[in-house]
Amino acid sequence: MAGFKDATAVVGIGQTDFAKRLPESEKALACRAVLAALDDAGIAPGEVDALASYTMEETDEVEVAKALGLGDLTFFSKVGYGGGGSCATVAHLAAAVATGQATVGVAWRSRKRGSGPRPWKNTAVQLPTPAQWTRPFGLLRPVDEIGMLARRYMHQYGASRDHLFNVALACRNRANQNPAAIMYERPLTRDMYMSSRWISEPLCLFDNCLETDGALACVVVSRERARDCRQRPVYVHAAAQGLPAQHHGMVNYWNDDPLTGPAWTAARHLWKHADLAPDDVDVAQIYDAFTPLILLSLEGYGFCGRGEGGAFTEGGALETGGRLPVNTGGGGLSEAYVHGFNLINEGVKQLRGTSTAQVPGASTCLVTAGEGVPTSALLLRN
Amino acid sequence: MSPETLPALLSPVPDEDGAPFWEYAARGELRVQACSDCGEPRFPPRPCCPHCRSFAGQWRRMSGKGRIWSYVVPHPPLLPAYAAHAPYNVILVELAEAPRIRLVGNLVAGPGAPLDSVPPERVRIGARVEAVFGGDGLPRWVLERS
Repeated sequence: MAGFKDATAVVGIGQTDFAKRLPESEKALACRAVLAALDDAGIAPGEVDALASYTMEETDEVEVAKALGLGDLTFFSKVGYGGGGSCATVAHLAAAVATGQATVGVAWRSRKRGSGPRPWKNTAVQLPTPAQWTRPFGLLRPVDEIGMLARRYMHQYGASRDHLFNVALACRNRANQNPAAIMYERPLTRDMYMSSRWISEPLCLFDNCLETDGALACVVVSRERARDCRQRPVYVHAAAQGLPAQHHGMVNYWNDDPLTGPAWTAARHLWKHADLAPDDVDVAQIYDAFTPLILLSLEGYGFCGRGEGGAFTEGGALETGGRLPVNTGGGGLSEAYVHGFNLINEGVKQLRGTSTAQVPGASTCLVTAGEGVPTSALLLRN
Repeated sequence: MSPETLPALLSPVPDEDGAPFWEYAARGELRVQACSDCGEPRFPPRPCCPHCRSFAGQWRRMSGKGRIWSYVVPHPPLLPAYAAHAPYNVILVELAEAPRIRLVGNLVAGPGAPLDSVPPERVRIGARVEAVFGGDGLPRWVLERS
């Protein structure tokens, strides 16, 4: 990937409030997040010539560009597979800027999942494959689909609910430090976790991300341009997408090995094209729509061996000061679930040294997108 | 709610590739798509064999025997028809003749029995099961009588 490595940087980040319910439309929230990110960078909207977003985003490029008075766009990209697309938006912009297709790119995500509709409740429009093989039997929601993998994972490797709790707790503890997080000042205890209601056994309430209204955005420019921006640049060191052979989406049950998902594919590419290895990562923002995804991702991205994701979480490993602090803003489980974009912005904050749960001296951060769907990842450094 | 007003469970919305599976199931047969050239079974159905790229396919009858590979027990919030049965089980069955083909289904007490007719504590990974067909044309599963 010559020409890509550290050739571009994230120079601006922006976000709206996060809440169960926000009064403004998704479009208005998108506009606010994009303007905030541009302001953070010190770049005028008229200079933007590239946009990237991901599917299930209701506000399209035309709407954002015309509402904010952006310049002529010469690159725009929409990445598929929902939460798997988050990191790829930055990757596509970085590639576009590095190859001269654009000079100022903005990626964004706006979502009203706290107060808006959920796609799997729409039974009027029944999707064919793979829904025909699952939904009639009552496998209805993403939590049911991931719960199936989680049960098998726990059976096969001896992972326990305590391991899942370790994930939920690390995210909650960081959210307790982050005033912007929905779960700020709302501590979680083991007793609360173990006695909470089931959503889809073996997954309980606290294994699930938060339903959130909110929007975020970030700005990508060339390394050279970044020197003139307001903020310390955070370089895009490496990036990857991952759609493994014979992958089937959330219901990867028909793969030869359903417990090795897209993270493994993205990771192979990411590390191959990086000057860094998993041991060099100071802090990680790992997509956490559900707690088991973090165990699978820890294995996929090479922080531990196959089947060792549960054990890796023991002894406070995911906490500040632990072996690999994760989701330092609180993640999707406890800050906000905006399809993973808050993980990107949190990664940037860590490398600027401005996180509310700052890892001292953090200079490298892995950010990942949804595991369990065709995914993407970023390796950021300062 | 009385049975008359209770909304129905979701029916499969077959695509072109999947339609034969449901047509056979409606006749009480469990069949899986297989390549006519290299013989490899594949699921979900698709137009081309990923092993040998042949477009010639057939529908191979299965014994209906398998093992539970994993399962979940969904609780509300759920669509009303499913909430009425919750907590119920959803199992993933690895077919005896084709272990990498895993079908989503339900473990029930017998043909036509409701989703919650087997207590969740009786469901376990590795249990031997066999396919049964009730009136709705969907394959469901019972514990194999040993």
